[in-house]
Amino acid sequence: MKKLFAVTALSFALAACSAQESADEMPLGDPGYEEVLMAQLLDAQPGDVITIPEGKFPITRSLSLTVDGVTIRGAGMDKSILSFKGQVSGAEGLLVTASDFTIEGLAIEDTIGDALKISEGNNITIRGVRTEWTDGYKTENGAYGIYPVQTTNVLMEDNVAIGASDAGIYVGQSANVIVRRNRAEWNVAGIEIENTVDADVYENVATNNTGGILVFNMPNLPQLGERTRVFNNRVVDNNTENFGHEGTPVASVPAGSGIVITSNDKVEVFDNEIRNNQTANIIISSVFSTNYSGLSAQPNYDPYPEGIYIYGNTLEGGGDSPDGLDLKTLKTMMFGINGSFPDVLWDGFVNPDKVVNGKLPVDQRICIEDSSVGIINVDGPNEFANPNTEDADHRCTLPKLPAVKLENADA
Amino acid sequence: MIETMRAGLLVAAAGAALALSACGETTQGGPEVIASTVPVFHAEGRPEKLSEWNLLRVADGGLVLNDRVTAYDLNSSLFTDYAHKLRTVWLPAGEAAKYDGEETFDFPVGTVISKTFYYPREGDAVLLADDTTAERLNSGFALADVRLIETRLLVRREAGWEALPYVWNAEQTDAVLKRTGDAQTLTLTSGDGSSSEFTYIVPNANQCAGCHATNATTREVMPIGPKARHLNRDFSYTEGAENQLAEWSRLGLLFGAPEPGEAPRNAVWSDASLSLESRARAYLDINCAHCHNRVGPADTSGLLLEHDAPVGPSLGLCKLPIAAGKGTGGRLFGIVPGKADQSIFTYRMESTDPSIMMPELGRSLSHAEGTQLIAEWIAAMDGSCA
Repeated sequence: MKKLFAVTALSFALAACSAQESADEMPLGDPGYEEVLMAQLLDAQPGDVITIPEGKFPITRSLSLTVDGVTIRGAGMDKSILSFKGQVSGAEGLLVTASDFTIEGLAIEDTIGDALKISEGNNITIRGVRTEWTDGYKTENGAYGIYPVQTTNVLMEDNVAIGASDAGIYVGQSANVIVRRNRAEWNVAGIEIENTVDADVYENVATNNTGGILVFNMPNLPQLGERTRVFNNRVVDNNTENFGHEGTPVASVPAGSGIVITSNDKVEVFDNEIRNNQTANIIISSVFSTNYSGLSAQPNYDPYPEGIYIYGNTLEGGGDSPDGLDLKTLKTMMFGINGSFPDVLWDGFVNPDKVVNGKLPVDQRICIEDSSVGIINVDGPNEFANPNTEDADHRCTLPKLPAVKLENADA
Repeated sequence: MIETMRAGLLVAAAGAALALSACGETTQGGPEVIASTVPVFHAEGRPEKLSEWNLLRVADGGLVLNDRVTAYDLNSSLFTDYAHKLRTVWLPAGEAAKYDGEETFDFPVGTVISKTFYYPREGDAVLLADDTTAERLNSGFALADVRLIETRLLVRREAGWEALPYVWNAEQTDAVLKRTGDAQTLTLTSGDGSSSEFTYIVPNANQCAGCHATNATTREVMPIGPKARHLNRDFSYTEGAENQLAEWSRLGLLFGAPEPGEAPRNAVWSDASLSLESRARAYLDINCAHCHNRVGPADTSGLLLEHDAPVGPSLGLCKLPIAAGKGTGGRLFGIVPGKADQSIFTYRMESTDPSIMMPELGRSLSHAEGTQLIAEWIAAMDGSCA
């Protein structure tokens, strides 16, 4: 069976793609600091501010924080650096299982697994944090850079994530989230919103990832997501080969994906600058097009992306060199060797139960307001047998989603 | 309760300053000191030395349990780098835990549970061998034969359970509180003369909660082992073998327990006379379900491995990983029926890479026998993920 995203993740190890150089030159600081910091985290009391001094400190074992109401503050993402290059134990760099948590102004480098994981907390602020694998992008890098999961009221701003073998900036199974002014580069997924309810993603830069910004809904998880607004972002040149781990959801994302919406509903994509993503600037798909197809999902899981509203974006280039043989062949067949896919590529799966007189009701459709923006339905259900670029049913508008309101984002 | 505490405080005053090695011995130049053999519950604070709890003492070169400190074992237990484990429970006089058929027993304030991790000693190395802690205890627990690594305490205070990790000194006279944990290089040697070096990791206090906060929402620290299904087995007491639930009831440590035959019972994972299914599920229960349960830290993954978790995708069958990263090993499903070498389960159990291995904490080595069990269990499954 042909699959839109049947991309094989290869374990290419490309040398020296790191965008970060200056911090590498900083000499390693006191190895005794690890014990000091660990004790501070263990003994923290609500209201404490733990200050990370300037310097690059070697850390060998996972750090963790379980106390609510703590702030961890460094002198800046290029000044206060926790280097896990010599890490011997622990599945992440820093694991936080606490609420009312703020982390800002520091870097977490070269962890064996995830860099910063925050699990089951409310009122989380992650600001000005850099997570990076400094040897460039490769499959051996840790999975996630910044990784809040099962959290509510989350603000992620002004962070930088580089080199993650899954997602650089990720929010999963969370609610009420703002992701803004971050930079994600050389990750498989630059920014990923997964199974999350009410997320605003704006003013970010996603470049040189395999996929720039992903809005996913995956089956068999405790929380399903909907309602994400993606706006005013720069999503440019996300053409890095997929270096993810086979079997993970992101491993099926084709290189050259700008914004990808998979099986999520009520997603609004507007006023973004999306350029030169070589498979397509915007991809909309069902999990049927990923390696998740053919699986027994939970009964309430909806695999179809519905109520997708696209308008006001600046779209340029892209679609000219899709990843994967099937898509390459399709592109050449329909648009010629030098041609390109339209800006929006859709796999064409619709819920047959919702079709009325051959069409989806408007509120279930993919609506593309701007007549200049084309769409291709690759006819995934019939293995690309009858792809088409008919856009009449997609010239529609949908009610706009409300903005996410977050107290800690007002400042 | 108050009287118990008062008694404890008196004992603390008498006994706290004594190192274990001095217990029951004649101190130089002074009168003979008869040290107390009554454990001490500290209602608050973090005693620097294990001896301040007075659970154990050294007599005639052996480790001895103090008054009413009761050793126990589990049907199937967590793998910790082949370490042997001496588990004890102590309750204040007159107090008892309330039986529960499913969850951890409800222990009264003042309860102190200990787990001492040690290895049989082979020169400077530690020996790979079957855990025979009960027999060792009954024959004097000679310290010269073992290397004591750490003793972890779970202490039931008014506010809840607190975890305190103590690391033994080289002389094996006492253990010192090490809340930030520790890393020790050990050489593990097996009977056939082969040996390998590894780093034994003593968890820090937060990492204790990483496993013992089995509900990730409340984050309440709980003992994991003292549940009916784990304890429902015989133990070789000095007076002879007896079912632990029955013995705890007889000793007044436990109330409300049914006859052992009526209580749930997990399989001993290594007992080949039991069904593969029951052994595998018991192994996953004690090694995985403290995180992989409906409310646990790993509920984010959708993989549920409690003893009674339903069979299906949530048990790993044809379940695709979500956030496994490197942990997939390029394999597509948690369990591919009939195909252990295509299943992520075995890949993560075989690995010792901290970003791949499962469990995430508590081991630096792979448990070959446990992995073999799960591989056999998967191999015996029918079906496919196509």
